[in-house]
Amino acid sequence: MGATVLVNELRVVAQAAGGGETEIVKGVSFRIEPGEVLALIGESGSGKTTIGLALMGYARHGCRIAGGSVRIGDTEVLELSESGRRQLRGRRVSYIAQSAAASFNPSRTIMDQVVETAHIHSLMPRAEAEKKAVTLFRELALPQPDTIGQRYPHQVSGGQLQRLMAAMALMSDPDLVIFDEPTTALDVTTQIEVLHAFRRVVRERKTTAVYVTHDLAVVAQMAGRILVLRDGAEREIGTTQQIITTPKDDYTRSLIAAANPRARTGEGHAEGATPLLEVRNLVAGYGPLDKHGRPASPVLDDVSLRLYRGQAIGVIGESGSGKTTLARAVAGLIGPAGGQIMFDGKPLPRLVSQRTPEELRRIQIVFQMADTALNPSHTIADILARPLQLYRGLKGEALDKRIAQLLDLVQLPQACARRLPVGLSGGQKQRVNLARALAADPDLILCDEVTSALDTVVGAAILDLLAQLRKELGVSYMFISHDMNTVRAVCDEIVVLYAGQKVESLTRSAFAHAPRHPYFHLLANSVPELRQGWLEEVGAAQRAALPLVQAPTDRAGICSFLDRCPLRVAGLCDSKTPPRRELGGGVEVFCHRSADELLQLQKTKAQPQECTA
Amino acid sequence: MNVATLAPSTTATKRRAWLAGWSRAGKLGLAVLAFWVAVAIYACFVPDSALGEMSDAGVFQGMSAQNWLGTDYLGRDMLMRIIAGTPYTIGVAFIATLIACAVGAVLGLLAAVTGGVVDATLSRVLDTLISIPSKMFSLVIIAGFGSSVPLLIAVTAIVYMPGAYRIIRSLAVNINAMDYVLVARARGEGKAYIMRREILPNITGPLLADMGLRFVYALRLLASLSFLGLGVQPPMADWGSLVRENLGALPIGGASVLAPAFAIAVLTIAVNLVIDNLPGHTDADREKH
Repeated sequence: MGATVLVNELRVVAQAAGGGETEIVKGVSFRIEPGEVLALIGESGSGKTTIGLALMGYARHGCRIAGGSVRIGDTEVLELSESGRRQLRGRRVSYIAQSAAASFNPSRTIMDQVVETAHIHSLMPRAEAEKKAVTLFRELALPQPDTIGQRYPHQVSGGQLQRLMAAMALMSDPDLVIFDEPTTALDVTTQIEVLHAFRRVVRERKTTAVYVTHDLAVVAQMAGRILVLRDGAEREIGTTQQIITTPKDDYTRSLIAAANPRARTGEGHAEGATPLLEVRNLVAGYGPLDKHGRPASPVLDDVSLRLYRGQAIGVIGESGSGKTTLARAVAGLIGPAGGQIMFDGKPLPRLVSQRTPEELRRIQIVFQMADTALNPSHTIADILARPLQLYRGLKGEALDKRIAQLLDLVQLPQACARRLPVGLSGGQKQRVNLARALAADPDLILCDEVTSALDTVVGAAILDLLAQLRKELGVSYMFISHDMNTVRAVCDEIVVLYAGQKVESLTRSAFAHAPRHPYFHLLANSVPELRQGWLEEVGAAQRAALPLVQAPTDRAGICSFLDRCPLRVAGLCDSKTPPRRELGGGVEVFCHRSADELLQLQKTKAQPQECTA
Repeated sequence: MNVATLAPSTTATKRRAWLAGWSRAGKLGLAVLAFWVAVAIYACFVPDSALGEMSDAGVFQGMSAQNWLGTDYLGRDMLMRIIAGTPYTIGVAFIATLIACAVGAVLGLLAAVTGGVVDATLSRVLDTLISIPSKMFSLVIIAGFGSSVPLLIAVTAIVYMPGAYRIIRSLAVNINAMDYVLVARARGEGKAYIMRREILPNITGPLLADMGLRFVYALRLLASLSFLGLGVQPPMADWGSLVRENLGALPIGGASVLAPAFAIAVLTIAVNLVIDNLPGHTDADREKH
């Protein structure tokens, strides 16, 4: 059972560079009733995690809780001594961190670590603690709850580890659980399972919880009330229903707008013209090639796509689907093992070292992490100058002028030119990253998860910029992302990758009604929607037993989604290569099932009954 | 971070900030180092005759108003002997370290950027060199070719180059995996550009620190070689030879043997203090990155 949590005028300060202190949480107050889930939402730097940690009486290195009160039940947390706070942490207040992988000790078994809280606080004997842990594993819908505790952290998946961490946090029946972005690092299809497990446990145990996140759609599923934060101050507090339907604050409105990105259209391509980029039957991977010419660990298997000038193509898939490898193969950073890449009608040499400067200039790549993609010891002007010098031989005044133009183009102030990357914010760095690619005057820009590391509002601004550049300069994009909403908003055409196979490609206009490959259907349905009750609806559809099939002896050519597919057919899917069905309207599906059968799955939203045999 | 508050830094403020991060001990070390460099330069302009002049004070005299640090085993003024030895001590060690680190850096960067066979070959060959005990190695070479200042520099450089290579290679391998290096490769940059412009500026901090450390090692190796009589040959002498020459004064605790030993210690400690305060080596710097 949870307790009432009362936070009053909480203030946290951090040491500023000049030696003074800046306030990072500015007098935030709220109250959480027993069994209620309150969400703290805001972008990075809004103080949401700092508040979460302050509930345990903890402030990060360099920060200090400067005032206010935090009451949990009848304990005044901030008045406790350090040893009193240690008694509180893990026992009455527990914390679930964003990265479970980093929070588990890789050299000890999971069970050892889950029962550790009980041991440290001498709550119960070990045997009893283990029994309780197994109950929790079962409640969190973990596979093999009786034995999973004997494994080591690297032997379970990321989503499972996140749930195991929840089990760890719930061991002591805490009065308050703090969830700090627990699903942010997970794929959407995994996120659903984890959210389901969390919600069930929180409801059944009537736990009081604080859910810290930047994702409004997730919050709508988890929380009863939402507190919107910005720069350490409260912007709005209200019930979930009220916040998502009738937000009062402008900032909340901008958050909601960014969560539902609007379409940013470009011009359509000229039919019949030579495609700017054509990837034909690409096979790529890492490690030495075997006697069939396949790499030791294949990543891409027979992927083909076409991109016309001025078009944007979206490549979507979860981690490990080979999206980044595709971009790198096109950029020439890894050599494909088979297939061909044609650029403007001519075959591209495999590697950077074999390509001409002109070919290199016309394809530019923009990486996800602007932090690591900009050399910290070069100024912004240096970074932008290099491609100009290399490809265009610009010097002196012409060079300075072009740098100034580029900064204007990506809407950065001219003063940035003399700064080092550390002096810029995340969004500004990503703009520089983009400007460097534009400096080469490319025909094609490969965008590898360019908005993933950014806050939604900042990311939306980058998407606007991309759309605008496309209109003004006529560049084409290959836009790689795991985020369905982003891809839908930016791209004319969408390619869905799963474990290295292209399972579906379709145009944006066909998105709503086209038959979907079972994986694409799962993916599209797993994207949280900004409305309450969404989680219940998808939950029912995704937890039926899968039809039985044989494990294929040779995986080459077999549909890679076989292991998870609710529509798989014994004797067909496990032994034969599926056809690539052209379904008209620019839709191509890699599946044995016909278009009607696939549409059937989408309509019922439940498992087709004939398949459970 | 609020970007608007960051004023564009001019060179002047940068320089001040560079020294501002130094601790008191670091500044002291810098002052001592500057002092010895000044002495070494001064020694180059003093005529040789003044440095080797016999005095009539007698041998192994204690400190006096006339001979501040006493006299040596031939009755020469010890202060003058130490001053005369400074360029040898600092110069030989510094040039040797510079060569060792420069060669090590070039090879290390090349190995990291190229990888594959080049990396493996370079690493194994230099590992072999590392496994030979340094004193033994230098003794054999010097015994074979006879001692001279260029040979001392060469031997010291060879002894300390593989270590520098190892450190630089491991630093460069990490940087080589960063996205900005990948961007540079995708742009079609050559190896030399990636080594020099993309990787080198990001490892200069640790590189300088390593160089300082290596300087201290070189100083010690040269001093011990001189002590064995294989270093700088008479009539010139570095501080190590001064200790050996005046070993006779040890039983009476004469200044002539203590002073050069003390000078070696002071210089070594000063260099270490400076190393600890080099940019990229302090805790404050590490937190920033």
